[in-house]
Amino acid sequence: MSTDSMSVSDQVMIELKNVNKWYGDFHVLKDINLTVNKGERIVICGPSGSGKSTMIRCLNRLEEHQSGDIIVSGTTLTNDLKHIETIRREVGMVFQHFNLFPHLTVLENCCLAPIWVRKTPRKEAEATAMKYLERVKIPEQAHKYPGQLSGGQQQRVAIARSLCMNPEVMLFDEPTSALDPEMIKEVLDVMIELAQEGITMLCVTHEMGFAKTVANRVIFMDGGQIIEENEPQEFFNNPQSDRTKLFLSQILNH
Amino acid sequence: MIINDKKLPDLPPPTSTSGPIGWLRNNLFDTPLNSILTLVIGYLLVTNLVPLIQWAFIDADWIGDSRDACTSGGACWVFVSVRLNQFLYGFYPESEYWRINTLFVLLGLLLAGMIYEKTPKRGWIALFTLVVFPVIAYFMLHGGSFGLPVVETHKWGGLTLTLVLALVGIVASLPIGVMLALGRRSHMPIVRSFCTIFIEVWRGVPLITILFMASVMLPLFAPEEIDLDKLVRALIGITLFQSAYMAEVIRAGLQAIPKGQYEAADAMGLSYWKKMGLIILPQALKIVIPGIVNTFIALFKDTSLVLIIGLFDLLAIVQSALADPKWLGYSTEGYVFVAFVFWVFCFAMSRYSQYLERKLHTGHGARQ
Repeated sequence: MSTDSMSVSDQVMIELKNVNKWYGDFHVLKDINLTVNKGERIVICGPSGSGKSTMIRCLNRLEEHQSGDIIVSGTTLTNDLKHIETIRREVGMVFQHFNLFPHLTVLENCCLAPIWVRKTPRKEAEATAMKYLERVKIPEQAHKYPGQLSGGQQQRVAIARSLCMNPEVMLFDEPTSALDPEMIKEVLDVMIELAQEGITMLCVTHEMGFAKTVANRVIFMDGGQIIEENEPQEFFNNPQSDRTKLFLSQILNH
Repeated sequence: MIINDKKLPDLPPPTSTSGPIGWLRNNLFDTPLNSILTLVIGYLLVTNLVPLIQWAFIDADWIGDSRDACTSGGACWVFVSVRLNQFLYGFYPESEYWRINTLFVLLGLLLAGMIYEKTPKRGWIALFTLVVFPVIAYFMLHGGSFGLPVVETHKWGGLTLTLVLALVGIVASLPIGVMLALGRRSHMPIVRSFCTIFIEVWRGVPLITILFMASVMLPLFAPEEIDLDKLVRALIGITLFQSAYMAEVIRAGLQAIPKGQYEAADAMGLSYWKKMGLIILPQALKIVIPGIVNTFIALFKDTSLVLIIGLFDLLAIVQSALADPKWLGYSTEGYVFVAFVFWVFCFAMSRYSQYLERKLHTGHGARQ
C-alpha cells in the first residue's frame, strides 16, 4: 500500500473542545476533546452505548451538543441554520441502515443533493454520479431502485451518494453492522480504496482489520469519554487502560 | 437382490383441477359447508337479481316524453331522460349549455392527457389543469367578461354543481391538508398549536353545522359590505372541513417514514422545504394514497349535503323533480339514477388510485 497518498496534512479539519451532551439526565458525551487533521483516517470503537455514534452525529448536527465547541472545516456549529447547512454540504455521512431514498433510482439518489444543494446542472451531476458509481463498482445498477439491490450494494450506493457532494470529510456510522457477513468485504474494500485517496474519514466500526489497514489513529470510547487514542499498531499490541484491554479481548478473541 | 420387473397398474387420472369444472370444484364445492353456502347464496342471487334486471332493463321504458309512456311495469327511465338536462345543468340557461359542455370536454381531455402515460409534457398538463383550468372554468361558468352573459351561481345546479363543489374541494383540500399536517409536526410551538387547534375544531364539527354556519350565521355577523356568494361560502366550508381530515391522513403518512430518511436528507444539507418536497412527502403521500382517495370519495358524496342550504346539486335537483305532480311515484328511478352517477365517479377514483399504487411501487416496503 502506498503511504505517500495517505499523507496527513497539519491543517486542522475538525476540532471538538470540551463537548458535552445530555439526553435528559443521561450524560452521553463527557468533555470530549478531539482534533482531526485533514486527510486523517480515524476509527472509533467502543462498547454499545459508549457515545461513539452520538459523537460523530454531533459533527453534522444530527444531534445537538449542549456545551463546548465543534469546529468543522473552519465553521463553528451553532444554532445558525446557515452554519449547519454549510457544514452539512462539506460533510458526507454513511449510515448503518443505508437510508437510501426508496422512491428514487440509484442515479437519482446520487444526483439529488448536487442538483438541489450545490445547484450543479443535471447533466454534470449525472456524469459525476456515474463516475462514483463506477468507483464503487455498480454502474450497471444506476437505473434500479434501492429496494432491488442487496444490502452491500445499497451501502455502496450510499457511499457513492455521499461522495457526489465532493465532501471534505466522510463520516461512517457503523457502515457494515447491518450487513450479512459475505457483504461486509465488498463495502470495506470500497472504504479502504477511499481511505487510500486521502479523504478525511471518521469511522465508527468494529471491523478491527479495517482499523489496522487504514487508520492513522484508533479511538476507544466508553461511558461517554475518550478512554484511549493511539496509532493502530500501539493500540492493538499495547493497550494502556484496563477497559481497552477488556474490550479488545472480547472482540478479538471470539 | 430383489428386482421387481412386474409393471404396476396405472393409477386413475387425478381429478380435474383446471377448466371451469375444476375451478368450481376447487372454489365453490370443496367442502360440504362451502357447497351449502354456494347453493344458498346462488339461490338468493337468482331470486333477487333476476327481478332487479327484469325491472331495470327488460321491462323498463326508455323513450317518451311523459309518464304515459311508462306502461311496461318496469322502471320508468323516461322520468330521467325527460329531465336529464336539468339534472346535468341545473337552472343554467339553455342557450349557455355549450359553456358547460366545453368545460366538460376540456377537463376530460386534460384528465385523459394526465392519465395516459405516454403523453409528452405531462407535468405541464398537470400544472395547467391545476392552475389555469380553474380560472378558465370560473370565467366560462360565471361569465361577465369576454362577451359572455353572467350566470348567477344560484342558477348553477345538478351534476355541474356537484362537480364544481367536488373538484374545488379536492384540488384545494390536498395542499391545505399537506400544510396543516406539516404544521402539526412542526417544532415551532405557535405553528404547531395553530394547526392542531384548526384540525381538531374543524374535524370535531359536523359538516352540516359548518354549512349552516356558512350560509346562515356568517352573514349575520359579517359586516354588510362583505357579501360573499353562497356558493363560495359553501366551498370554503367544505374545503376547510375536508382539509382537516386530509391533514390527519397525511400526518399518518409522515409518521410512517423512518427517521433515517429525515437524517439522510438533513446530512446532505437539504433545507426543510427541499427535504419535505423531495424526500418525505413523495413517500408519505404514496403510502397514504388509499386514505387520500377515501377522503376524496367521502368529499364527493358529502357535497350532496349542500341541499340543506338551498344549493341544488345532483341529489337535490332530482329530489325536487320528484315533487313535480306530473311525475309523482318515480322516486325509485330518481334515486337509483343519482346513486349510479355518484357510484361511477367514486368507482373511477378508486380504480385510478389502485393503478397509481401499483405504478408507484418501487420494490421497497418488503425490505427495511
